[in-house]
Amino acid sequence: MTIQVSPSPNPNSNAVSLTSALLDRDDYLTGLLNQVIATKTEGWLQDLRQSAASWVRHSTIPTTREEEWRFTDLSSLRQFQFNVETQSIQTDISSLTLSEAANSRLVFVNGVFAPELSAVAHLPSGIVVSNLASLPVVEQESVQQYLAQAEGAQEVFTALNTAGITDVAVVWVKKNVVVETPIHLLFISGETATISQPRCLVVAESGSQVSLVEEYTNRRGAESAEEEGVYFTNAVTEIWVGDNAQVNHTRVEREGAEAFHIGKTAIAQARDSRYTCHAITLGAKLSRHNLEILQTGEQTETTLNGLTMISGKQLADTHSAIALNYPHGISKQLHKCIVGDRAHAVFNGKVFVPKPAQLTNATQMNRNLLLSSKARIDTKPQLEITADNVKCAHGATVSQLEDDEIFYLQSRGIDENDARKLLINAFAAEVINQIPVTSLREILLNTVNNLKSISLDS
Amino acid sequence: MIIENSEVVLSVRDLTANVDGTPILKGVNLDVRSGEIHAIMGPNGSGKSTFSKVLAGHPAYEVTGGEVIFQGQNLLELEPEERARSGVFLAFQYPLEIPGVSNLDFLRVAYNSRRKAQGLEEIDAFDFDDLIEEKLDVVKMNPSFLSRSLNEGFSGGEKKRNEILQMALLEPKLGILDETDSGLDIDALRIVANGVNQLASPENSTILITHYQRLLDYIVPDFVHVMANGQIITSGGKELALELESRGYDWVLEEFAAEVGV
Repeated sequence: MTIQVSPSPNPNSNAVSLTSALLDRDDYLTGLLNQVIATKTEGWLQDLRQSAASWVRHSTIPTTREEEWRFTDLSSLRQFQFNVETQSIQTDISSLTLSEAANSRLVFVNGVFAPELSAVAHLPSGIVVSNLASLPVVEQESVQQYLAQAEGAQEVFTALNTAGITDVAVVWVKKNVVVETPIHLLFISGETATISQPRCLVVAESGSQVSLVEEYTNRRGAESAEEEGVYFTNAVTEIWVGDNAQVNHTRVEREGAEAFHIGKTAIAQARDSRYTCHAITLGAKLSRHNLEILQTGEQTETTLNGLTMISGKQLADTHSAIALNYPHGISKQLHKCIVGDRAHAVFNGKVFVPKPAQLTNATQMNRNLLLSSKARIDTKPQLEITADNVKCAHGATVSQLEDDEIFYLQSRGIDENDARKLLINAFAAEVINQIPVTSLREILLNTVNNLKSISLDS
Repeated sequence: MIIENSEVVLSVRDLTANVDGTPILKGVNLDVRSGEIHAIMGPNGSGKSTFSKVLAGHPAYEVTGGEVIFQGQNLLELEPEERARSGVFLAFQYPLEIPGVSNLDFLRVAYNSRRKAQGLEEIDAFDFDDLIEEKLDVVKMNPSFLSRSLNEGFSGGEKKRNEILQMALLEPKLGILDETDSGLDIDALRIVANGVNQLASPENSTILITHYQRLLDYIVPDFVHVMANGQIITSGGKELALELESRGYDWVLEEFAAEVGV
C-alpha cells in the first residue's frame, strides 16, 4: 500500500525524560485513566495504549489559567465519576439513521461496537468500513501506521482516548476510488456515569474521494423527554487525506443535555488534497471541539464550516487551528454561533501562515447571533502570518435579531415568533445547506427549527 | 379615483405618537375612502414616515392619543401581522436585506398568512409558482430574483420593485408607499409607478408618502396633504403638489402659522 501522507514521529520516543516525581499529578485524571486502561488489548495496540497512558500520567486536566482553556472551566467535570461500559446496549436507532447511508453505517454504543446496528455488508469495492477488531490482521497492521500518529497526540484528552482504545471505527478508501455513498459513523452514548471514548481513523489514499458523517448523540436523539443522565464522551478522529484526495466531512454533536463532550478532529492534508468540514454543535452541557488541520504538501484546499447553536446553560467551545506550511494553500472558514438564554459560546480560530506558505489564500469569518441579554460569546480569530506574499482576511461579528427585520416580516403578515424563527433558521441554514447529505440536512434544519432557544427573550 | 359615497377605509382622528419619548405626531386627521389615492408631502422631519410606521404598527413608535379606524376596526389594537393580514400594506422606504431567506419562500409564507386570515386554503409551492409568475410582470421583474435571498444585494430600484411585487401579491385594501420614489432613476420610477397604477382599483386605496413632486407626475393623486411638525396643515387636489414644487413649503408653513397665531 502506498500512501503519501506522512505520519509524525511516534510520541513515546520523547516520553522518557520526565521524572517520576511528575507522575500522577492529578488524582481525578488518574482515576479516569485507570478506568479506561482496565480492558486489555494485545500486541502493537497495547504498546500504543501504554505509551499514551504514560503521557496521561504526566499530564493534568487543564484549568482556566491555561490560555487554551480560558473560557472553558472543566472543574464541573471533576464532580462526576465515570465508568467504562464493556457491553454494547440494545437500542432503537430508527430515528438516527440516514437513508443515504443505509448500507454504509458503523454504530458504536457507549464506545462499544454494535454489529447488529451497523450495516456494512454491501459496500462498494475499494473501501473498507469496519471496526478495527473485525479487520484481517494485515489491514490491522496498515492501521498501525496511522493510528495515534497525528500531530498533537500527547494532548491530555487525546492521550486519554488513545490509552483506552479497545476498538476503532476505520474508514479506508483505496487509491483513486470515488465513493458516492456517504459513510455514517454513529456514536450513541447516554448511560449515566459512563465515559465513552469513540475513536475514528480515516485514510483516503491518493486520488480517492469520500464523504463522511460522524455523529455523536444520546440514545434517543437530542429531543428526548426522558431524564438526561450525566455522561462523558471523549472522542478522537484522525483523518489522513492523501495526494489529490478529497474528503467531505460532517461532524454532528448532539449529545444529551447533561453530557460532557470533548472531541478532537486531526486532519493531515497531503499535496493537492481537498478537505471540507461541516461541524455542527447542538448538544451537551459542556462541549469542546478541537479541529486541527496540518498541511503536509502544497496546493491544499481546506474549507471549514461551523455552526454552534446552544441555549439554557450550555457551553460550547470550538478551537480550530489550520497550520499551513507549503505554498498555494487555500483555506476558507466560516464559523457561526447562535446563543440563547445564559449559554456561552467560545470560538478560537488560529491560522498559521509561516514563511514557506507563500501564495496562501486564507479567509476566516466568525458570525455570532445572541438571542438573549445573558448569552455570551468569546471569539478570538487569530491569524499568524509571516509569509509576505499571501492573501489573508478575517473578521468577527456579534449581533442580535434586529427589531426592524422582525417588523419587516411582521408587516407582511408573518407573526413575531415565526419571524424570529425564520431569521434564526436563515442564519443557521447558511452552514447547514452546505452539508452534502440531504436527509441529514433536513434533520438538522428541523432540529434547529424546533430548538427551544428560539423562544422570546423579553 | 374619487367615488361618491364610497366606503371610508381609513379614518385617523387626532393621532399623536412619540419616538423615544419625543412627540412626533401631534394630532393627525385623515380620511381615506375606497378608490382614492392620497399623497402626503412635507419637508424632512415633518412626521410623514412616522405616520406610515404607526399605521403599520412599528413597535418603536408609541401612540399617545387619538384613534385609527380601518374598515370599522380599531387598527391600533392589532399586532403588525394582524394589520397586514387584514389588508394594510406598507412599502418600506428602506426594505431590509434578509440573507438566507429566499425571496420566493418569503413571498409564499406572506401570501399564505394573508389567505389563512381570509379563511382561504393555503396554496402549495407549485400553484404559487404560477401565481408569482403572473405578478412578476406587474413590475417587470426577472424571475431570477425569486431564488435570491430577500433583497440581499438588490439595487435600490430592485428593492422597491420587490416591495411593489409584494403589494401585487398581497392585494391590500390600503397600500402605504413610504418614499417609494426616493433614490430611483427615471426608468425605475416609471416601472414602479406603472406597477402602482396597475394595482389601483375602486376596491382599494393608496397613501403615497413622498418628498418629491416628481412621483406625482406618474401616479396622479386625488388629494394632496402637506404635513409639517406632526400635523396635516393643508390639503388640496393634485394642483397643490405643483404649487409646492414651484414655491416650496415655506409659504404653507407661514400661512399655517398665521392661522394658528390668530
